[in-house]
Amino acid sequence: MNVDQHAFRSAILDPTAHVPDGLVDPKGRAAGKRFDVYRNNVIVSLSNALAEAFPAIQKLLGPNNFSILAGHFVRAHPPRSPLIALYGDAMPAFLETFEPVQKLGYLPDVARLELALRQSYHAADSQPVDPALLQQIPPDRLPAARLILAPAMRLVASDWPIAAIWKFNMANGPKPAMRPETALVTRPEFDPGVEALTPAGGAFVSALAARQTLGDALATASGRDPAFDLMPTLGALIAGGAITAIEEE
Amino acid sequence: MKPTNKTILATAVAAALVSVGATGMASAQDGKEKCFGVSMAGQNDCAAGPGTTCAGTSTVDYQGNAWKLVDAGTCESMELPDGRMGSLEALDRDLPA
Repeated sequence: MNVDQHAFRSAILDPTAHVPDGLVDPKGRAAGKRFDVYRNNVIVSLSNALAEAFPAIQKLLGPNNFSILAGHFVRAHPPRSPLIALYGDAMPAFLETFEPVQKLGYLPDVARLELALRQSYHAADSQPVDPALLQQIPPDRLPAARLILAPAMRLVASDWPIAAIWKFNMANGPKPAMRPETALVTRPEFDPGVEALTPAGGAFVSALAARQTLGDALATASGRDPAFDLMPTLGALIAGGAITAIEEE
Repeated sequence: MKPTNKTILATAVAAALVSVGATGMASAQDGKEKCFGVSMAGQNDCAAGPGTTCAGTSTVDYQGNAWKLVDAGTCESMELPDGRMGSLEALDRDLPA
């Protein structure tokens, strides 16, 4: 048997392509049916993988609509890595251009959130700092302190209420109301969870992640929103076990 | 007088610690171990992603089907701008020739 790999790969991804030359059944005939079964299983198993990877998108669209979308996605973006657990990083960009879902403006950001949840799950373990240590820092020295954040923490900023949309679909949350949200993903124990931050709260955490001091991060967030309330954001980081160290100069 | 950064920070730290009941948190995390494959049937909280359970293969590929609303997703029940009623439209251009 002598089959060109490039031709084989093209034929796998194109349902109208003929059996690659050289692929024969035991009687020496072109292996039509066998190849069709193989081709079908490749697409279906990858589509199923996408359904597991993007359960909120699947719920939003419905399972059959999602299957059709997945079939298009798999053919346009076959896996480039053998690690199927992280397959689908091209989904947000795909949703931005896939014509039938253009009216659902929030879909790409919800997909980004689902990617962030998987990345968070597979990120390195870390030990959260005892939050009481934060309180032991004298107020004078707090603005110059830096918080080191957990490798499993992720932020997804959006013009849409993506945390609320995710919770509505995945955690029996209430119907989302229109507002911009930055979704904070933390992994307090072993499974990642989602909290909604305001855009200013997201800017605060993003500044901390960029190693800004607490004082500078607060100034950044207050610049976005003069009425910024630090407490809920800080509370979400502490509750999520997202602070792994406190550094003082 | 406008509160200074240090006052805001100190107040927020204190309030945040109270809000999450932080004192008991460190100890609550001790003694837990990471478990795999313990999700309840039907809950589908596969946070690990695909490939981490035996997905198997099915025999149905929807390639060639039109984009039709066989079932409606939750997008139709949310009241967001643009997203209202979903309005997923038929995708006819990929019908088999």
